[in-house]
Amino acid sequence: MSRIKIENGRIVDPANGIDAIGSLYISGGKIVAVGAALADFDAEQTIDAAGQVVCPGFVDLSVRLREPGQTQKGNIQSETRAALAAGVTSLCLPPDTKPCIDTPAVVEYIKDKAEQAGYAQVYSIGALTQRLDGNELSTMFALKQAGCIAVGNASAPLGNLLILRRAMEYASSHNLLLMFRANEASLSGKGCAHEGAVASRYGLPGIPEAAESIALAQCLELAELTGCRVHFSQISCKQSVIKIQQAKKYGLNVTADVAIHQLHLTENDIEPFDSNYHVMPPLRAAIDRQYLREALANGTVDAICSDHQPHDLDAKLGAFPETESGVAALETLLPLTLALTGQHRIGLAQALAGLTCNPARIMGLAAGTLAIGANADVCIFDPALVWRVERPAWLSAGCNTPYWGRELIGRVTHTLQAGRVAYRLQQPAATNRA
Amino acid sequence: MTRHLQLTEQGKLKHFLTIEGLDRELLTEILDTAESFVGMSEHQVKKVPLLRGKTIVNLFFENSTRTRTTFELAATRLSADVLNMDIARSATSKGESLLDTIRNLEAMQVDMFVVRHALSGAAHFIAQQVAPHISVINAGDGQHAHPTQAMLDMFTIRQYKKQFAGLKVAIVGDILHSRVARSQILALNALGVAEVRVIAPKTLLPAQVKTMGVTPIHDMDEGLADVDVVIMLRLQKERMNSAFLPSESEFFRCFGLTEAKLQRAKSDAIVMHPGPINRGVEIASSVADGSQSVILQQVSNGVAVRMAIMSMAMQSGGTA
Repeated sequence: MSRIKIENGRIVDPANGIDAIGSLYISGGKIVAVGAALADFDAEQTIDAAGQVVCPGFVDLSVRLREPGQTQKGNIQSETRAALAAGVTSLCLPPDTKPCIDTPAVVEYIKDKAEQAGYAQVYSIGALTQRLDGNELSTMFALKQAGCIAVGNASAPLGNLLILRRAMEYASSHNLLLMFRANEASLSGKGCAHEGAVASRYGLPGIPEAAESIALAQCLELAELTGCRVHFSQISCKQSVIKIQQAKKYGLNVTADVAIHQLHLTENDIEPFDSNYHVMPPLRAAIDRQYLREALANGTVDAICSDHQPHDLDAKLGAFPETESGVAALETLLPLTLALTGQHRIGLAQALAGLTCNPARIMGLAAGTLAIGANADVCIFDPALVWRVERPAWLSAGCNTPYWGRELIGRVTHTLQAGRVAYRLQQPAATNRA
Repeated sequence: MTRHLQLTEQGKLKHFLTIEGLDRELLTEILDTAESFVGMSEHQVKKVPLLRGKTIVNLFFENSTRTRTTFELAATRLSADVLNMDIARSATSKGESLLDTIRNLEAMQVDMFVVRHALSGAAHFIAQQVAPHISVINAGDGQHAHPTQAMLDMFTIRQYKKQFAGLKVAIVGDILHSRVARSQILALNALGVAEVRVIAPKTLLPAQVKTMGVTPIHDMDEGLADVDVVIMLRLQKERMNSAFLPSESEFFRCFGLTEAKLQRAKSDAIVMHPGPINRGVEIASSVADGSQSVILQQVSNGVAVRMAIMSMAMQSGGTA
């Protein structure tokens, strides 16, 4: 392990309340000093981070890698590499792989592949029910033993509330966090867009906000009954924010994240029938976005995730309702998060907390911090670098983003994983700065 | 986006996918062009050579005898060659994708696709994918649009009411699932009617329907008061089991058009229906066959309006 000095950067470490110009010292894969100079530190490698931000590597709570099962869309190698280029050093893989993560063998397979790839650290979320069928409980303890750090049913519905109750009781017996994607399937049906003005005009089957908030409210009731720790994944609407806020005030042990695109896009941004805007939950109304942003600012929403879902071309070629939902979002995660700062009362440290220490705390991971002795998972980014979202700059195998051709500000220049420079931006010939 | 997709750089009609983005001038041009084709059916030779040598493919992914027939007749009267593709029973049933189906037909050097599909946005998707010389006419996509039906309805209204300004129009019934209603609303507003009312129970109205430029009303007596035009929609019986309505008879009692209810409208109000009609479900036979009904006139006008749209779309590309 080499000794690395990162100097002259603006060190922002929300976990430890640090926001100052200084140097970061890394040795043996660990952080050995922050800010103050180490007199006898003989750096083998020095990175000049002048004008850049140095922060903990990001912890992304929802990243589809498409392996096993759908390697035509991406694989562990391609997507964990894209993750590093996005500053993500740890990521959570939802259980809806094919086969799904309902046996230790699948967990081991993913672990092996991720280790072989050698990029971002992959943490598997175990299936809550066998085959994600919503009826039979999975072998949660065995999954935990194999390395799963939480359980969930991804987007698959549960048979009924009794099954959810039993699953929550069982999960909490093994101190497993439930990652819950709130969706009442009987209300969302075959919907593909927010049930609002845009879906009405374009005749797209709608999904009401209540499909999410009713499911969320039921889960909150059961969280109190069962004592299960619950994390609500990718909430999208005002009523969900209000209910989580009330639950937290009441003292329930719940947390929530939001997908970055929900903080920027609304139903009004949808280019008619452009399948790149087909996401689940759907892009909501402007008032929902406003509540989500405020929730991030006031701490009701704890974390921001990419909800990265790479697709092949075929998945998005077709009439809007028949296309697959999801955005390849890793590489736009940072600039879109930075775009939230300076407005909506979200400071840089707070925004970065949503990408680093908060998700790490939710998942119980020793990550998302620059504390001395911590693993040196570090992201260095240029907050003023202007770049265009286009193929040459894109590492994910997924080509589905509504941001193609758009100029974004802010880009990762280096990512260090356990003290190793695992990604370095190849600087374009002409660099624009905002 | 839709305007950009549908029009050439010169502002001429290239594809006809939706009324959205088309201005009053263009819609009026369609109606005026259709006017010139109206008398043709009475000629001994019911053909003009406008599209001679062109190949038009009726690409129906969803069954529809009536609409397909009027498109076929319109194309034939423009002297085009017509291929009827019953896609529901052919390639896609074997797993071929929509795009591959289009690519294969495109390779056969066709000039126009008339598309009907069960999914909203399918016609848009096809228009974005086809070769530049091909025009796409939307013959109904999902719950989104049925713009040629809307234009023949506008043509019929103009025949009877002469102008759109000042008109009050009521659209009654299953607005939620109706692509026809969505296109009618856009066309009526673009053409400058005074008010568009939609009359239905809340279960059959889209969310935030007001944003579409209409007044939602849940009572027939109130909704039909003083209207000039009553457009009845087919109650989609296939939806009846999905808890949208308790029964057909209750729907008819509340929202079915009877002679008594029609009394609330202006005395010279016309009654329209895009068909096929369900007698005794959304409309009483005495009204459907009554003196104020122009339902069959709508059918007759369908051919002329589709001839107008097809010829305008083909000629704008310089290929006619």
